[in-house]
Amino acid sequence: METFTLGGIHPPEHKELACNAAIESCKPPQRAVIPLSQHIGAPCKALVEVGQRVVAGQLIGNPEGFVSAPVHASIAGKVTGIEAFPSPMGRMVPCIVIENDKTDEWAVFEEDPGYIERTADELKGRIKAAGIVGMGGATFPTIVKLSPPKEKKIDAVIINGAECEPFLTSDHRVMLESPKEVIEGLKILMKVLGLEKGYIGIEENKKDAIIKMREIASGDRNIEVHSLVTKYPQGAEKMLIKSILNREVPAGGLPMDVGVVVQNVGTAFAIYEACKFGKPLVERVVSVTGSAVVSPKNLSVRIGTSVSQMIEQCGGLKGGAVKVISGGPMMGFAIYDLDTPVTKGTSGIVAMEDKDIVHRTKFNNCIRCGRCVEACPMGLMPLMLSVYSEKGMYADAKDYHLFDCFECGSCTYVCPSKRPIVQQIRLAKTMVKP
Amino acid sequence: MEQDKLIISVSPHIGSEESVPRIMWTVSASLLPALAMGIYYFGPKALVVTALCLIGSLASEWFVQKMAGKEITLSDGSAFLTGILLGMNMPSTVPFYIPIVSAFVAVAITKQLFGGLGYNIFNPALVGRAFALITWTRSMTTWAVPDAAFAAVNAKTTATPLGILKEEGMGKLLEVFGDKLSLYKELIIGHRAGSLGETSMIAILIGAAFLVYRRYISLRIPLSFLATVAVGAWIFGGKGGLFTGDPIVHLFSGGLMLGAFYMATDYVTCPTVRSGQIVFGIGCGFLTILIRLKAGYPEGVMFAILIMNCFAPLIDRSFRTHVFGAKKAKK
Repeated sequence: METFTLGGIHPPEHKELACNAAIESCKPPQRAVIPLSQHIGAPCKALVEVGQRVVAGQLIGNPEGFVSAPVHASIAGKVTGIEAFPSPMGRMVPCIVIENDKTDEWAVFEEDPGYIERTADELKGRIKAAGIVGMGGATFPTIVKLSPPKEKKIDAVIINGAECEPFLTSDHRVMLESPKEVIEGLKILMKVLGLEKGYIGIEENKKDAIIKMREIASGDRNIEVHSLVTKYPQGAEKMLIKSILNREVPAGGLPMDVGVVVQNVGTAFAIYEACKFGKPLVERVVSVTGSAVVSPKNLSVRIGTSVSQMIEQCGGLKGGAVKVISGGPMMGFAIYDLDTPVTKGTSGIVAMEDKDIVHRTKFNNCIRCGRCVEACPMGLMPLMLSVYSEKGMYADAKDYHLFDCFECGSCTYVCPSKRPIVQQIRLAKTMVKP
Repeated sequence: MEQDKLIISVSPHIGSEESVPRIMWTVSASLLPALAMGIYYFGPKALVVTALCLIGSLASEWFVQKMAGKEITLSDGSAFLTGILLGMNMPSTVPFYIPIVSAFVAVAITKQLFGGLGYNIFNPALVGRAFALITWTRSMTTWAVPDAAFAAVNAKTTATPLGILKEEGMGKLLEVFGDKLSLYKELIIGHRAGSLGETSMIAILIGAAFLVYRRYISLRIPLSFLATVAVGAWIFGGKGGLFTGDPIVHLFSGGLMLGAFYMATDYVTCPTVRSGQIVFGIGCGFLTILIRLKAGYPEGVMFAILIMNCFAPLIDRSFRTHVFGAKKAKK
């Protein structure tokens, strides 16, 4: 079993809440709110007008710029507005609002059973057209990862099935229920990148998924399924590459700098659907879980469905719910509006009771216990970053590798003084140039 | 669900159950076996001295925080821990004002006036003890004869094993304790003169083992500290030339065990980087053996740790962690 060397933490996993719940289809929403920016990079330009009828799978937003991804309608109906809604990350973003006309009419896609024989460029074209982005949460447009500059030689692709965030189980369920499709997605990636070798990394708390994936991949000697130690943040790209291939992405660099492309399980599934069926990314699996959800489930949800509707399908919230998080409890965003729509990057909705969360509004002095240094997977000294930021000495924080922090939150999790270290680091990052 | 009741705050949303009070109270509790042995051997007087240190510490913390208009943080347990450690570092024979004044120096001056918990440069309890040793040298070096019988008033005094070793040599030490084996045995149990909480190796190690098990302290500082003292004592500690010293006597006497596990590992005043912690431990060990063998005092743990405390920030700066993906750890 493999793992990364520096740091890492073991928060309670709570996967049991939803890991045995088979993926269930979420009722298509009465109103879909589809953000024009569901990815890192330039937002899309709306292709439709208010009053126009659209069908599910129809292109409604066109990318402007290379780092971007198109968006598609997830339901059939009439466009009733193009207006600002809160995104899961809290910002107001322009969205296309579609009122469902209950026909559930879909755009016509061409199925291509011989997809694997197509050229790399053709497959890339389908992935690009389908609007696929990193579905683990970072939402980096997949096509960009698949188009490395010539001087970067890629020799490995990894499917990220670590799902190291507590509570979340959507990738786990996809691997259990659609293992063939995930492997096919990996094969497409190998073909597109011209690779012999493909890897899948799964934390060993998902033994059934490891067994399943190994079983499906057993016929193919070029695909390795790796069992990884259950340790947060195993699913961070840099950690995953270190664990599986023992390569260190250089500071400030990208996985492609060590010849690796990493894609999430859900993304691999979407790639398969795009290449075989021509289906754009308009639905995804979302874990709706947490101690404050009546019956936690994994839902297959149309993009643009509101958080409140998903929660409703899971029996609603318990009375003690005080926080609803889009994503996992380590890196996710607390949402303030339950009308917030699901986007391509929403891997989970976690509702928590007060006993589960930590309040860091009032925090103590750093006692230099060094727990954060031990926990940091990047080998940083979070205590120094925290104190420098607190004192407004941002330039000094930079000297302690401020920009190597990817905000996994391990330091903050272990801090006995309950210091909001990650937030102090975020602040410092905005105050100095890299 | 009324969404105006939703809490909005930044990630991470969860956290470990560890907290400063929990750490401080747990460390304090782990000192109880050693303190109990001190009370067993030195009588109720030992309890009184410790209680005075505790009262002095808590009162000093309250006083300064009240004066400064700060929040009173007695419940975080840090002043309590300083008090209990200070008490354990005193002879049971001291007059009542020494614990109180020392506690004030420890908590009010060394800790609070430097900015409170987390900002002190020196280990508060050790500064309190150093102040007392220099100010009331005679009282602070008058040691009661340990007597298991809870001797109510024991007027007999004696020298510590290290004191005998320094002034009269190993031969005299063996004469006092019988033979080598019983010397070691008495040292391990703690049946010897010394500061009231430092004598029982077995009790200290039980508490320390608990802290290591709970991951409250790591072994990096204690082991490098102890190893350096042992090697130094073995090489330079003998009268018959190099490599004739008795490392066991040096390890099991004085305040070394208490210092290595409880004082040198004080979070605030030791380095946070792994390699730096080993350097810190070696530095403490080197200075301890230097003072024990070559300086005027029979014991050097306290000054060794205090001197190394000054270096902790520098060590942290010089021995940075290896940053993931960095070509070479920047110095």
